[in-house]
Amino acid sequence: MARAVSTRIKIGYTVAAWTVALIIFFPILYTVITSLKTEQAAISGFDLWPSFSLESYRDVQSQYNYFKPFMNSVILSLGSTALALAVAIPAAWAMAFSPTKHTKDILMWMLSTKMMPAVAVLVPIYLIFLRTGLMDTRIGLTVMLMLINLPIVVWMLYTYFREIPGEILEAARMDGATLKDEIIHVLTPMAIPGIASTVLLNIILAWNEAFWTIQLTTTNAAPLSAFIASFSSPQGLFWAKLSAASTLAIAPILIMGWFSQKQLVRGLTFGAVK
Amino acid sequence: MGSITLKQVRKAFGDIEVIPGVDLEINEGEFVVFVGPSGCGKSTLLRLIAGLEDVSSGQIIIDGQDVTSAAPAKRKLAMVFQSYALYPHMSVGKNIAFPLKMAKMPEEERQKRVNHAAGILNLTDYLDRKPGQLSGGQRQRVAIGRAIVREPAAFLFDEPLSNLDAALRVNMRVEISELHKKLATTMVYVTHDQVEAMTMADKIVVLRAGRVEQIGSPLELYHSPANRFVGGFIGSPNMNFLEGPAAEAFGAHAIGVRPEHFLMSKTEGQLPGTVGVAEHLGSDTFLHIDLDDGTHIIARAAGEFPISHGDRIWLTPEEGRVYRFDKEGLAIT
Repeated sequence: MARAVSTRIKIGYTVAAWTVALIIFFPILYTVITSLKTEQAAISGFDLWPSFSLESYRDVQSQYNYFKPFMNSVILSLGSTALALAVAIPAAWAMAFSPTKHTKDILMWMLSTKMMPAVAVLVPIYLIFLRTGLMDTRIGLTVMLMLINLPIVVWMLYTYFREIPGEILEAARMDGATLKDEIIHVLTPMAIPGIASTVLLNIILAWNEAFWTIQLTTTNAAPLSAFIASFSSPQGLFWAKLSAASTLAIAPILIMGWFSQKQLVRGLTFGAVK
Repeated sequence: MGSITLKQVRKAFGDIEVIPGVDLEINEGEFVVFVGPSGCGKSTLLRLIAGLEDVSSGQIIIDGQDVTSAAPAKRKLAMVFQSYALYPHMSVGKNIAFPLKMAKMPEEERQKRVNHAAGILNLTDYLDRKPGQLSGGQRQRVAIGRAIVREPAAFLFDEPLSNLDAALRVNMRVEISELHKKLATTMVYVTHDQVEAMTMADKIVVLRAGRVEQIGSPLELYHSPANRFVGGFIGSPNMNFLEGPAAEAFGAHAIGVRPEHFLMSKTEGQLPGTVGVAEHLGSDTFLHIDLDDGTHIIARAAGEFPISHGDRIWLTPEEGRVYRFDKEGLAIT
């Protein structure tokens, strides 16, 4: 039986929830508002009313060419995700469906690499990039982003594949499916929700990654995260412009996140409920 | 089509031997039930026949062909799983057609066979639904439909009814038995429920700890159990066992008497006792009786039997209905 909740308590909870949500969301909201102000209005103190000026956006595009880092962000996040899937799907498949005594250990070891502070390997990786000519290249950064997110991708896919009951695969085998048929007609369609949320989460992680993108790029391969960082020092006093650039950087991922909420929630709570 | 022979089939998982070596002959068209307590290896034996597990040693022969190392699909068998194992992303029609698609059968022929199977199983109206939209019984029928369309040499059932509620289970039991009559194809059926075994089987294989305890028709097992285990396992409620003087009177280490084979009297008889619980079902009365020597007995009286808790009662086993067992538990004939 559902617990009976009085209307007054319900209203109280609703108000409290909206308040908390607004407090959390406020910095982003204020960034968007500021980006729509003129520079004078932006610097003149706290004001929630924008002046609806698109001047800052125009400046960001004309002076700094927003589209280059934007395209870099798209290429890096999609590229690293595709690359990660190509490696992680077979890996997760093998771990989920023909586990060995050491499967758990390998999974834990992969996850443990995420616990290491990134800065600990900064120098060796920086030197490798420098010596191999990968510095400030899209290919180098794509591989780097793929590698740092790979443990999470493997873990997530492994968890999803594990949810697929073995009897269904056995049924397919009895029905005459070859390994290829089994993968194409039974496993993949059943795992698609899992693969989709893994893809979404990985795109977001890659899009927002700021440590390596800042360290390993200068201009050519710099995505939006690096672009914002580099923007803050010369333009630090121009709040409206800074806000416009930030808004442009977060908007694509925010919109994508909005449309894929359902998948994302499933992705972030994976394994919690069957 | 449909004879299965097992020759010294042995299966071990690592150091643990689950099936020490089974010889079995299943004839064409037979309904064979593997029955035994959980963990007795009955499902493993079925999976060995299916090819889902590899035998450790021994031979499996289907229709004269050695299939010991053949892939599951090459054995011409169809299997119905306990969890139904339907493909959740496919419609009922696609589920049933899947084995035909894998066999690369032309679309037209496929459709014909699916419609035919759906007709037999009353699924015609559900062909476009997804398995998630069906009830347990309907899902089970889809799983059976998927097995039928292949026209296999034999059907394998792995506890197919254990996820259904009691009433539905009785219905499906009858449906599967009727299906067997209609198709006349070999069926191998695994269950832990001796009622299912007794009602459906032509031949029952009683297993314990991977060993075959006895093979026979339901009534053979009922009337002449080879040992105490089979005697106790077949029949409901279970056979009563008496040791000591009561057994010695029959020249045995232990005797077994089924609940339905006691003559009951309120005044005289061989075994005096006190009634504990009396279960009045109308058609039968089950009496839980503590004999004076301490043995607990369940006895069945046909119809209504006016007796209640604490009453004295005397039991006498019916003549010729006493099973005698030696020290090792083997039947004395």
